[in-house]
Amino acid sequence: MTTPKTTPLYDCHLAANAKIVDFAGWSMPIHYGSQLKEHEIVRADAGMFDVSHMCVLDITGADAKSFLRGLIANDVERLAFEGKALYSGMLTPEGTVIDDLIVYLTHYGYRVVVNAGTADKDIAWMLKQAQGQDVQIHVRRELAMIAVQGPNAIEKACKVIHEEWEATVKALKVFQGFPFGTVEDGWFIARTGYTGEDGLEIMLPAEEAPLFWKALISVGVAPIGLGARDTLRLEAGMNLYGHDMDETISPLEAGMGWTIAWEPADRDFIGRKALEAQRAAGVAMKQVGLVLEGRGVLREGQIVEVAGVGKGIITSGTFSPTLKHSVAIARIPAATGETAQVDLRGTLTDVRIVKMPFVRNGKKVFN
Amino acid sequence: MMSNIPAELKYVNSHEWLRLEADGTVTIGITDHAQELLGDIVFVELPQVGDELAAEATAGVVESVKAASDVYAPIAGEVVAINDELTSAPELANSDPYGAAWFFRVKPADASVLDGLMTAEQYAKEIGV
Repeated sequence: MTTPKTTPLYDCHLAANAKIVDFAGWSMPIHYGSQLKEHEIVRADAGMFDVSHMCVLDITGADAKSFLRGLIANDVERLAFEGKALYSGMLTPEGTVIDDLIVYLTHYGYRVVVNAGTADKDIAWMLKQAQGQDVQIHVRRELAMIAVQGPNAIEKACKVIHEEWEATVKALKVFQGFPFGTVEDGWFIARTGYTGEDGLEIMLPAEEAPLFWKALISVGVAPIGLGARDTLRLEAGMNLYGHDMDETISPLEAGMGWTIAWEPADRDFIGRKALEAQRAAGVAMKQVGLVLEGRGVLREGQIVEVAGVGKGIITSGTFSPTLKHSVAIARIPAATGETAQVDLRGTLTDVRIVKMPFVRNGKKVFN
Repeated sequence: MMSNIPAELKYVNSHEWLRLEADGTVTIGITDHAQELLGDIVFVELPQVGDELAAEATAGVVESVKAASDVYAPIAGEVVAINDELTSAPELANSDPYGAAWFFRVKPADASVLDGLMTAEQYAKEIGV
């Protein structure tokens, strides 16, 4: 058994009475007392997550752009200006999802952020694909990452960043990030997140992270565990790798069709041929939101039954703290209409099928 | 975190506590240790008054943000009362597991069975605190 890895903020979590769990080989805080309270803080004010277990990569070299245009399903050619970000799947030749990631265009090349549990696999895959090209992949494990999220997140974070950065941070558009100082300095602030709220993801040198974390606490940003991160992202209808998609699933069946750049038709990204064949043959499954307005909680792995159509499965399910009832993400037969039934601990229970997200900026959004 | 284990109660290893009342009925709930393991509790399902429960039979369900967990009848008996307040405010199970968050009360088939159940000291040892 290997010892779980810890982030530069581990001691900060212990000091805040975190309940620590193993997450993809990392010792991470699941909550600091109450997951529900933490969820509500992010919806109403400002909370912060240690996401230093995620992996930051810088991709440079003369062929960096053409490399990424072949590597991922979305097209980095769409990144029209420095700082702009895009979300994409990185696919196998069979058209299944190796990982989902964010790419930023920077003055030195590209910055890519990948999931914690998949980082080693991702890097090995990227190195293999980069062979023979003028591409360098720099793994920035010396960086920590803190996500500050909530309606008051940007305002509160701006109280503790360098004064001369404030105007630039406040001017960031959604899905845009910016490196501050030199690349080696390591500070990079982006208006991105995983909660359905406004906020920032801040990459910074590991040795500066504890002090910055404490500064954020001092201006009223609460530490939030990975438990609330999961209920927040699920309310926001966002996929989680290893649950809502993985290497057995096509992005077309996992609600990621919008992340595939089909045009220009001659961009031959990995997985393209398989996806085109799948699209031509018809996609059998689709991703939807499920709503259970009665009692009980929908959970990952529960079977969804659609009379006369077939069966599906819940890929993420939870009690929604904002809505006060359960919601879920499910993969179900494409022909399914507006209702289905879920096998809830032995009882077939009616659920409604809705378009996600469930919650955006603190408010219910589905009908 | 240290669990609260009142000395005057009896315990079973499925994490229910029992209290013998003056009228001979037995009140049952889940322990502080159980609520801590479950995390924030969002739904509670209770048996119905009049149900005849066998020992170790499923008597209800606790759903937390994390997981669903069965609640067992630690002893056989007839359900004589359930805690409606807990159904409408399941978070009581987190905040007051031995008080306001009692689950149900049974008229035991054989009250002497209680003598064989775990004491607070034995339960503390069982959960390793």
